[in-house]
Amino acid sequence: MLQFIIRRTVGAAVTLFLIGAATFFLFVAAPSDYASLACGKDCSAQRLEDIREALGLNLPIAQQFWDFMSGIVMGRDFPSGHCPAPCLGESFYSGDLVWDTIADRFPLTLSLTIGSAVVFLVIGLGTGMLAAFRRGSPVDKAATGASMVLSSFQIYFLGPIALTVFVYSTGWMEDPKYVPISQDPIGWLVGLSIPMVVMATIFTAQYTRMARSSLIEQLAEDHVRTARAKGMSQRYVFFRYAWRGSLIPIVTILGIDLSSLLGGAVVTELTFSLQGIGRLAVDGAVNKDLPLTMGVMLVGAFAILVLNIFTDIAYAWIDPRVRLS
Amino acid sequence: MKEDLVLPTPREAAAGASGEPLLVAEGLTKHFPVKGGFPVRRTVGQVQAVDGIDLTVHVGESFGLVGESGCGKSTTGRLITRLLEPTGGTISYRGRDITRASRRQLAPIRSEIQMIFQDPYSSLNPRQTVGKIISGPMEINGIDPAGGREKRVRELLEIVGLNPEHFNRFPHEFSGGQRQRIGVARALALEPKLIVADEPVSALDVSIQAQVVNLLQKVQEELGIAFLFIAHDLAVVRHFSQRVAVMYLGKVIEVGDRDSIYTRPRHPYTHALLSAVPEVNVTGGDESGRERIRLAGDVPSPINPPSGCRFRTRCWKAQDKCAAEEPPLVRLSGNRDGHLTACHFPEEPTIEAREQDIVLDPALAALEETDED
Amino acid sequence: MTTVTKTEDAAAPGGPESFLSVRDLSVRFATEDGVVKAVDGLSFDVERGRTLGIVGESGSGKSVTNLTILGLHNPRSTTVDGEIVLDGKELVTATEREMEQLRGNKAAMIFQDPLTALSPYYTVGRQIAEPFRKHTGASKKAAWERAVEMLGKVGIPNPEQRAKDYPHQFSGGMRQRAMIAMALVCDPDLLIADEPTTALDVTVQAQILDLLKDLQQEFGSAIIFITHDLGVIADMADDIMVMYAGGAIERGTTDQVLRSPQHPYTWGLLKSMPRLDSDLGTPLAPIPGTPPSLLDPPSGCRFHPRCTFQDRVGGDRCVTERPLLGPDRSSACHLTAEQKRTIFVEEIKPRLG
Repeated sequence: MLQFIIRRTVGAAVTLFLIGAATFFLFVAAPSDYASLACGKDCSAQRLEDIREALGLNLPIAQQFWDFMSGIVMGRDFPSGHCPAPCLGESFYSGDLVWDTIADRFPLTLSLTIGSAVVFLVIGLGTGMLAAFRRGSPVDKAATGASMVLSSFQIYFLGPIALTVFVYSTGWMEDPKYVPISQDPIGWLVGLSIPMVVMATIFTAQYTRMARSSLIEQLAEDHVRTARAKGMSQRYVFFRYAWRGSLIPIVTILGIDLSSLLGGAVVTELTFSLQGIGRLAVDGAVNKDLPLTMGVMLVGAFAILVLNIFTDIAYAWIDPRVRLS
Repeated sequence: MKEDLVLPTPREAAAGASGEPLLVAEGLTKHFPVKGGFPVRRTVGQVQAVDGIDLTVHVGESFGLVGESGCGKSTTGRLITRLLEPTGGTISYRGRDITRASRRQLAPIRSEIQMIFQDPYSSLNPRQTVGKIISGPMEINGIDPAGGREKRVRELLEIVGLNPEHFNRFPHEFSGGQRQRIGVARALALEPKLIVADEPVSALDVSIQAQVVNLLQKVQEELGIAFLFIAHDLAVVRHFSQRVAVMYLGKVIEVGDRDSIYTRPRHPYTHALLSAVPEVNVTGGDESGRERIRLAGDVPSPINPPSGCRFRTRCWKAQDKCAAEEPPLVRLSGNRDGHLTACHFPEEPTIEAREQDIVLDPALAALEETDED
Repeated sequence: MTTVTKTEDAAAPGGPESFLSVRDLSVRFATEDGVVKAVDGLSFDVERGRTLGIVGESGSGKSVTNLTILGLHNPRSTTVDGEIVLDGKELVTATEREMEQLRGNKAAMIFQDPLTALSPYYTVGRQIAEPFRKHTGASKKAAWERAVEMLGKVGIPNPEQRAKDYPHQFSGGMRQRAMIAMALVCDPDLLIADEPTTALDVTVQAQILDLLKDLQQEFGSAIIFITHDLGVIADMADDIMVMYAGGAIERGTTDQVLRSPQHPYTWGLLKSMPRLDSDLGTPLAPIPGTPPSLLDPPSGCRFHPRCTFQDRVGGDRCVTERPLLGPDRSSACHLTAEQKRTIFVEEIKPRLG
């Protein structure tokens, strides 16, 4: 297992490097750059050159790339001061250190992700299990129907409705906002409750259906029948035998969902006017802000890779065939 | 005939098993690499699926290949049809080495070697009509029979005992046995000289099995097609094949004419295999007429197989020599011509009951011990 | 304990001695295409310490019957009629809780494919210990020791260590041994083995069959042995019941059914099966046609569309009237006893080589 984790970590580092390279060179190859954007409409060649020099864009591309990547490991010095490792450079647009900007925004994204994940896992998997256990019953039909309807909704549809109902027309709640959990746990929960619930609603529907179908499939397995033939109770067989196997597809999808949420939930953030990683990604791309884009990309990729490793560890934990092969 | 080679007529071919060799495999080997290791994944072992086997299929004969799981019989079939690339050894077809032949070089031969698969459900494309499935090989090989492909498809359906009017139906409209007939018709479409049949009847019910065995027998005898018949069912192979090879862990351990293998086997494994087949005694003769041999455990893994004789770990006659030296596949004194055995300490050529049963399984031995007390 | 009177039924073959008694069992499944009559009017008995072999092809209803005995059918889509009495207890009307007490305890089952029939998620030892704890209330430690003991008994070398392994670390034959250990752990009175050796190699099959026979001597269980393989049934069974299209068509002792079979379907099975000692000059004689769909089974005798002896019966009885299977030695066919005997001796036996 340790071997496996080490091998995967090394692999992840290589993947991160390749993603960084791909992002960097694609960005550089794009037809317009930040310098010409910043230079404005009546741009003189001299002015453009000055800006490029100030941003380091005059250096050879390979050099720029090397400076950026080595900065992550060793830190970098800018005219404005030292940028300690892990340094993701200075934003072209704001001049702030990208690492600091991301560190500032990340707690919101993390809060949204974890908060909604708790909701959709508990409610989604719970409903799915109930539906599978009482397959064909009214409960099952209601759960299946509701999840069908809910999963066809979108954030930008449910979000404004929720805001209208709970904030604008009734005044029951304030506009969603982020309060650090360390300052005020209740304020944190209340401030983000609407986006968390709206996001969770759509995921809940998806996880209900997944848990149900995956459990029903498992219940038809030979080994589940064997367990019943041994006289084990239905409940025992359901939770000990069927549930375990049904976790594999759930964990797979959960890993993908969580990592994409951690890379920034653009639509949710825009819908609720929140400042998370998703907004940064949009800003970076719109402003041709290379360091910011690189930073967001690498953080997103990092989240995906880490969750991938966690998913694989979860497989090994669930299934001894993975663990012992 | 696209080639200048003169083929004997079916009747001549059926006359003698010692006819002209059609397909010859020498030293045929297939190893599958096993990946693993740390920190860099690399090949850490080889599954020795087939390890240096020689076999010859003569024109028009049915050659049976039997053995238990992991013995390499199916891999051998796939090597001979070149669905798998051999790791070593040579395969020659009508005297031409086709071991490394390219796609283009193989093209004219492909149509002459056809395959029938085990599972009649998954080996037919469910989205194609029967007519399309059977005419597919003709299309691919650019063959236009006189009277058109559709007429030929109808003929083929008739040969395999299906209603020729059904060429527009889909595989799911047929039963398992009928599907296997479609598989046979497809194999026959190119007028092959050799059919490799990999467990063609083992997925079928007994009563249906006989229908397909009879069909294959008819095809073999009337069209003079040679068969490499791969199966685990010893009774079916005996019924269908004039010569039989027994495989164990990637090696041929005994080969010979049907009669020699089934009534005068010399290799201990062949004895064990025959004695393990449960039989219906319909004639009401003496029940205990056959020898009883119960091996211990399962076939070992083909990764790192035992040294020397591969059967030695389960053999009651094994001695030091068996671990040190691999027994060659040779004709033992008293064996018929062509009956070859790979064993240092061969058994008597009989399958009659012995004075003492051979029970190597410790649990059985223990339970039977207490019974006798 | 409430249904003892049922076994006094006059038509009951076997009488009160039978340990398992199935009467007029019908099992129907609702499917999208209609109602499948998987088992229709089946009666049979099993005595203590004896082995009943049930032989039939796919779709004959042999597996469904036995899943129904243990109540392992899907209750939502299945309708069960008739009665199943195990040691005086009626099972068709038993509650789920009562069935749980019985399964794995009084009656256990071994399935065909030991790879899929064992859970990949738990150790072999745990899976064997589980029913023992449930049914005997033994401690975790005692149950584990019992599991190890059982593994040793079925011939797993080094059972203390191997009990901690997972099924995928076992070979095919060892998995089936573990399965047998699991079924026998509570010393059941009835063991149902559903094609237990079909997925195994022939040398391993021989070991497992002998092991089952030897263990039966020791444990004294009644066994229902389900298979499509006549050779296996000849080896294992004391009595044989041949099933076709959801019903029994012939029964008797193993000797009777295999040496002087009476039903055209049994003749067909014997004639279509190659043997190691059959005469190679005699071609196999397959049964024409295919088994019928159980959505719409044939009228009268269900075998009539494939039967070549209908004209000997005369009239259209085979098409209109379903032949009944009596108790003890009998066959469900309209041919007279004399016809059955002479046809077998004169026409069938010579062709068995």
